[in-house]
Amino acid sequence: MERNIALVALFAALIAVLGLVPKLTLMTGIPITAQSLGVMLCGTVLGARRGALAVMLFLLMVALGLPLLAGGRGGLGVFAGPTVGFLVGFPLAALVIGWMTARLSSLPVGPAAGISAALGGIPVLYIPGILGMMVMLDMSAGKAAVSMLPFIPGDLIKAVLAGAITAALARARPGLVASRPAG
Amino acid sequence: MLTLVSEIDTPYHRLPAGAKFGALSLATVALFLAESLTLQLAALAGVAALYLRVGPDFLSQGLRSLRPLLFFLVIVGLWHGLLGTPRDGLVVCLRLLSAVALANLVTMTTRLDDAIDLVMRLLRPFRRLGLKTGQIAFAIALVIRFVPVMMENTRRLLDAWRARSARRPGWQVLAPIFLVAIDDATRVAEAIRARADLATYTDLDDLET
Repeated sequence: MERNIALVALFAALIAVLGLVPKLTLMTGIPITAQSLGVMLCGTVLGARRGALAVMLFLLMVALGLPLLAGGRGGLGVFAGPTVGFLVGFPLAALVIGWMTARLSSLPVGPAAGISAALGGIPVLYIPGILGMMVMLDMSAGKAAVSMLPFIPGDLIKAVLAGAITAALARARPGLVASRPAG
Repeated sequence: MLTLVSEIDTPYHRLPAGAKFGALSLATVALFLAESLTLQLAALAGVAALYLRVGPDFLSQGLRSLRPLLFFLVIVGLWHGLLGTPRDGLVVCLRLLSAVALANLVTMTTRLDDAIDLVMRLLRPFRRLGLKTGQIAFAIALVIRFVPVMMENTRRLLDAWRARSARRPGWQVLAPIFLVAIDDATRVAEAIRARADLATYTDLDDLET
């Protein structure tokens, strides 16, 4: 029980630290941040339940007024802003990623985590994000969806990284990755 | 850790956090229901007045925290301009500005302790459903401690990389960063287990005694 609380808190902190990594700018000129990589790892490493809890803890800390979102943003304002849908989508993405990583247990842990992270980090995260933009910015579904296209390459890179890191962690600390018990 | 609370002392700092959150919720719902341009203009003027009442420094602080919105405002403005519905675009932009500025105002004037207190009070009824609010408070404290520790560990690992390689640190450094953090968390868990039975705590106050 103590280990679960410590791991949930740790991964919440990890999402925050990854948000502080300076953002890379892809060739397309679209900035990508490492923050959603943290959300993916919550799912692949901690599993559905603890992963979603870690993401919700992170969001609670943002709402409490800590500047933990990428670019040092935070506070209640981000929940009234145009990107609120992605914040709602974060725990959902972690949940789906954790569930899928467990379901794909016939695959080696790296590919299983990578595929899950791509599905959870792109469609599962983008749909609430797009709905949020439609409500907050009065956009049409099509236009909101098209505006997300430039982010897909970056998120695919992050999914591959999530798979590689999960595999490395599973090798180094057997029993850590929720869906792959030691032995 | 750095917070978003303004160091400028305002009368709003002394209002109870619950009242501020309640008022913010109601105002946000109202903003989203109001479709009239006049109402939205009046609302934004009202929010600006709340900031200006404190002083111009506070207002410019508030404006700075609105900067991430600029990109979205430009897009919405252009889009509605092209569609020939500038009035709708204006309503959307005004509403977004008021809602975010008002929420920021609450964050800028509510200390972290008061905000945590409020969340714990709001969660109290859920204890009957088995929610352990003490564990949430404890997890919040752990995150606040973990973030600077992880950043320091990361800095050291990056230094170690630079001392050994002419290349820039790449993604390979991520796995060791997480490994160090996970080992830390395991030791923290052992320390908690050795000192206290967390399962019996339901309140942050219990942990302090």
